[in-house]
Amino acid sequence: MSKQEYTLTVYTENRIGIIGRIAILFSRRKINIDSLSTSPSEIEGIHRFTIVIQETEEVVRKVARQLEKQVEVLKAYYNTNEEIIWQEQALFKVPTATIAEKASVERLLRQYGARVVVLRNDYTVFETAGHSEDIDKLTTALTDYGLIEFVRSARIAIIKNSEGFHKKLKEFEAEEPSEELVENEFLGKRDKVFTM
Amino acid sequence: MNTVETAKATAPKEAEKTMTPTQISGSQAVLEALLAEHVSTVFGYPGGAIMPIYDALYDYNDKLNHILVRHEQGSTHAAQGYARTSGQVGVVFATSGPGATNLVTGLADAQIDSTPIVCITGQVFAHLLGTDAFQETDVINITTPVTKWNYQVTDATEIPAAMAKAFYIARSGRPGPVLIDITKNAQIQLFDYYGYTPCKHIRSYRPKPLVRPSYIEEAASLINKAQKPFVIFGQGVILGKAEQEFKEFIEKSGIPAAWTVMGLSALATDHPQNVGMLGMHGNYAPNVLTNECDVLIAIGMRFDDRVTGRLDKYAKQAKVIHLDIDPAEIDKNVKATVPVWGDCKETLPLLTALIEKRNHASWLERFRELEKEEVKEVIQEELNPTSEIMSMGEVIKVLNELTDGNAVIVTDVGQHQMVACRYAKFNQSKSNVTSGGLGTMGFGLPAAIGAWYGRPDRDIIAIIGDGGLQMTIQELGTIMQFGAKVKILILNNQFLGMVRQWQQLFNDKRYSFVNITSPDFVMVAKGYNIDGQRIDQREQLKDALATMLAHDGAYLLEVMVGKENNVFPMVAQGSSVAEIRLK
Repeated sequence: MSKQEYTLTVYTENRIGIIGRIAILFSRRKINIDSLSTSPSEIEGIHRFTIVIQETEEVVRKVARQLEKQVEVLKAYYNTNEEIIWQEQALFKVPTATIAEKASVERLLRQYGARVVVLRNDYTVFETAGHSEDIDKLTTALTDYGLIEFVRSARIAIIKNSEGFHKKLKEFEAEEPSEELVENEFLGKRDKVFTM
Repeated sequence: MNTVETAKATAPKEAEKTMTPTQISGSQAVLEALLAEHVSTVFGYPGGAIMPIYDALYDYNDKLNHILVRHEQGSTHAAQGYARTSGQVGVVFATSGPGATNLVTGLADAQIDSTPIVCITGQVFAHLLGTDAFQETDVINITTPVTKWNYQVTDATEIPAAMAKAFYIARSGRPGPVLIDITKNAQIQLFDYYGYTPCKHIRSYRPKPLVRPSYIEEAASLINKAQKPFVIFGQGVILGKAEQEFKEFIEKSGIPAAWTVMGLSALATDHPQNVGMLGMHGNYAPNVLTNECDVLIAIGMRFDDRVTGRLDKYAKQAKVIHLDIDPAEIDKNVKATVPVWGDCKETLPLLTALIEKRNHASWLERFRELEKEEVKEVIQEELNPTSEIMSMGEVIKVLNELTDGNAVIVTDVGQHQMVACRYAKFNQSKSNVTSGGLGTMGFGLPAAIGAWYGRPDRDIIAIIGDGGLQMTIQELGTIMQFGAKVKILILNNQFLGMVRQWQQLFNDKRYSFVNITSPDFVMVAKGYNIDGQRIDQREQLKDALATMLAHDGAYLLEVMVGKENNVFPMVAQGSSVAEIRLK
């Protein structure tokens, strides 16, 4: 099995220290986290972690189960890039003079849909959002025009066939045993593993 | 929002209507929680940051039995021993800083062996957190990888709910260690106490999975079709209190059953379908036949590498049915054909109902045939040595004759542990206390102390090597002061025997720092007011063991055994279970 990019979506209680509990499950297996973002979810009080790693399906599945084993983790999903819609945001600081002088820069920024956030005499700050490869390309291109500063956010992702977490939460709040599926290949229900 | 706070906010509100609050301190709230959870024994060691709790404890002396250990590591192992023999949650008190860091080994041991313990640590005042204050360590982050759950309390009002969660999490689902770190200000703080409400539900935590009938049916159909089915079981049977359900399952199915070290004693040693121990130093037949069976039924065990040997050559021919309460164990090491996720107390009777009553006599006979080979090659000489010097196995054999399998056997880690597990006789469950997953040398003595408090009505025999005893020998002081009637049986081979065995077999006998010298253990025990003797002659063995058992109080018996005896059979690391060697 070969490694590929997986995006994990982890719903958790909003508790101090939960990020540590999550992070060590990756570091103990010596898995590098390419990107990690934490944010509120559609439900107040429930946090959503979006984590990007390069791994085999087998390992990512085991990690997802060990994530769910944590007392304050409600659910962990993992998806390939085909199964999600994702974005990253970036900010670029470029000398204003260069932009004014060189038409190619303006064209470049238009091409990548970058918008001006701050315009000053000495520098201009642009922002753009998209897939990391596109942002990387723009960054490389801008380096030739005196890119002063660059920052890119972690990935945020929406799972295409997710119905959201409201229904799931009701199940969690009921004081009954879980009906969550933990399937395996034998029963031919792989598609339901960690999908909503 | 913080979940503990949520519980705190709702519980008093309901209680407020009917109750008038009493003003108590955070420390009292901790002790009230222990009483409400029916805790009678606490293992601990005081220090600056936990002084308010110890001050409150002064007034609870008639209700709580506090055992002062000699090192905090000992408190965790004692709590483990207590939990293993009693089936109750073990409780530990320790102070901040070094007190708390000394708990780490015991927490790791309890985590990997799924032992329910709750550790309460003191912490510096909340306003000093993060300032490198005296005896401040980041206990929560240090213990995160080795706890099932941990939580820091900085406000006394959180204590009742945090304690309730701690006990609920420690003992429910797959049990494990929990640590609650309480800052000193919270221990001192007075607050309105509305009583203690046990925790029954945490929305993000579901310890009891729903049993799905389709899987039970699938498993039953595989078992009914099987010609050479084989049951392997672990501690899950004991933790699930499912010994009876397990026995009914194997008796109806007629399937031979072998145990992991942690599952030992869940099924009586002399049960006709008990075919012995799995793994590296397990019995010959169950290891070899793992790779011949057609359906492998794993119950409450996790396919540890010491059990499976080389994974890509492990039971490849078999369909695997895996019963486990922890979904993260399914497919982790061995792919399950049918996963039966659930508490085996519930799943086993469902499975038993669907299987046909059968008798796998000829298949069981295969185990007995291979067993004969093992007896001839290994067991005969180990239990009845022709050498002048005693063997570990013959000591256990004579012990069996005297206890008839009714004692609790606590072991440390190493050769003596494997020999004790292989040869000790057990009639009832919760009788074998050992450090399985972590292999913690030094576990034996403190665990035996805890085991005695868990079941003071039983004979507690701590079998320990000369190396392991020296790791926690200070706990003899705990025995001296509080009177646990632990029988300490040292099997002294004057070596760190297991490592020596490996160096002999795999490193060309290059004995590198395995030659360990020991003090006069009997003299040391005497210094602690513990009676004992040392023997090195076979003729003395039976009388010496009988004296030890008959002694009213703790006793130390040191038996000198063969220096370079090896434990066999052995599945060498990197070998398949079928390649188990008899010599």
